[in-house]
Amino acid sequence: MHVFQESANFDLYVSGFWWILRLTLVSTVFALVIGVILAAMRVSPVPVLRGFGTAWVNIFRNTPLTLIIFFCLFGLSYVLGLKLSDDLNLNIFWLGVIGLSAYTAAFVCEAFRSGINTVPAGQAEAARAIGLTFFQTLRIVVLPQAGRAVIAPLGSVFIALAKNSTIVGTIGLMESSNVMKELINANGDAVIEIFVVFAGTFVLFLVPIGYLFGWLANRFAVRR
Amino acid sequence: MSEQAVLYDHPGPRARVRNRVLTVVFGVALLALLWWIYSRFDAKGQWEGSLWKPFLRAGTWTDFILPGLWNTLKAAATGMVLALAFGLIFAVGRLSNHWWISVPAGVVVEFFRAVPLLLMIFFIFYGVPFLIDGPVEAFWAVVIGLTLYNGSVLAEAFRAGIRAVPSGQTEAGYAVGLRKGQIMQHILLPQAARAMLPVIVSQLVVLLKDTALGYIVAYPELIQRGINELAANDLAQGGNILIPAAIVVALIYIVINSLLTLLAGWLERRTKRRGKAPRAEGAVPVIVDDGSGTGLGTL
Repeated sequence: MHVFQESANFDLYVSGFWWILRLTLVSTVFALVIGVILAAMRVSPVPVLRGFGTAWVNIFRNTPLTLIIFFCLFGLSYVLGLKLSDDLNLNIFWLGVIGLSAYTAAFVCEAFRSGINTVPAGQAEAARAIGLTFFQTLRIVVLPQAGRAVIAPLGSVFIALAKNSTIVGTIGLMESSNVMKELINANGDAVIEIFVVFAGTFVLFLVPIGYLFGWLANRFAVRR
Repeated sequence: MSEQAVLYDHPGPRARVRNRVLTVVFGVALLALLWWIYSRFDAKGQWEGSLWKPFLRAGTWTDFILPGLWNTLKAAATGMVLALAFGLIFAVGRLSNHWWISVPAGVVVEFFRAVPLLLMIFFIFYGVPFLIDGPVEAFWAVVIGLTLYNGSVLAEAFRAGIRAVPSGQTEAGYAVGLRKGQIMQHILLPQAARAMLPVIVSQLVVLLKDTALGYIVAYPELIQRGINELAANDLAQGGNILIPAAIVVALIYIVINSLLTLLAGWLERRTKRRGKAPRAEGAVPVIVDDGSGTGLGTL
């Protein structure tokens, strides 16, 4: 383990995963909020809202994330002149958050929409019959039931988000995969060791989280 | 559509007015946003005809975009075949009755599902050459990375599909005297493959999108040829085609992936309608949502 005994290398390793953790957490919040709004739009009575939701999902779901992140750098930053922070790294970080959130929100929206479809039609009909409005139906009756059905899919969406956050490295953030590349190039004799540590860190975090979501999904499953 | 319409009543006079107001307000806001983006691009001169003219030249397509698309499809097709084989082998391996097969197969699948694709590609492209004392072609770095990751996801899909086949099928197989391998081959796999077809197709869409990462290791796929090299070539002639090229490439990806997603949706409706295949719903909650065409893997 001589590579990681050098404090400079160890600090690089920590900072790489610190970026990943921050990207994942911040994007999770935005993706969840945007995704739920998009899902509500896609089932709403207003055609323009439905069309907007559908367009968002189809555009972002079918474009490679690499290209979306690329657009965030060249389109948002260079052409539109969007500047989110004076610090170069933080600026890239926020551009990455925008790309990851917009992309992941499309998948969150689809997860919720398929969750809404698992709620029996009788539930919404009963809600309407007692005079609830669209928002009340959605908020009080449908979404709480749909929310339980989407725990497992949302779990895989967010695990994927954690892995996808490495792609922000392609526009120059020194996150874990770029750090690994650098360490490999500097320490050709310890390639396996470096890979095992970086891949192992992801496995160590993501596999238990995957099982946790599976357990939660069973725990909260709606019995019908 | 019928499930969704159930969420709200047929609009009365007040609801109609409200919906109309919402339509106008949101529509205006959306148009304003689009106009703002358009005018900012315009201010930077991105809509000037000279930037878009290169797309009328045959060379732009035959020298850059089409070869890039060809390489993307080549990597995707190779990756798809290998990932399907990988998935099949490891799904069956994980269901084996021998712990010395099922445990290692499970470890491999869980490991590669949790490791980001970019990390895999970097390891294969930059790390493996130190181990084998020779370079690794970018094509194989991309294809092997795609195979290991998507193969593991497919293995889980296959396994869930096999487990969703009613146990009576296996018992009937034993009753007529088939062996374990024969039951897997003749009874379980065909039914599982049919039930899981939509999931498999959406994972293949994910695989196609992930080939885009190839440009990080300079594999000449659609982004590398169609954006980076095209823009570099254009820059040498005094142009600035980067953003238009990126827009064109994005449209190509959207069209191809939409077609594949439509195919997945069509397959899903078709399997549901015939109702012969065992339905995976409920039995395998983790995978089911993949079936909605969300293609979670890469996501």
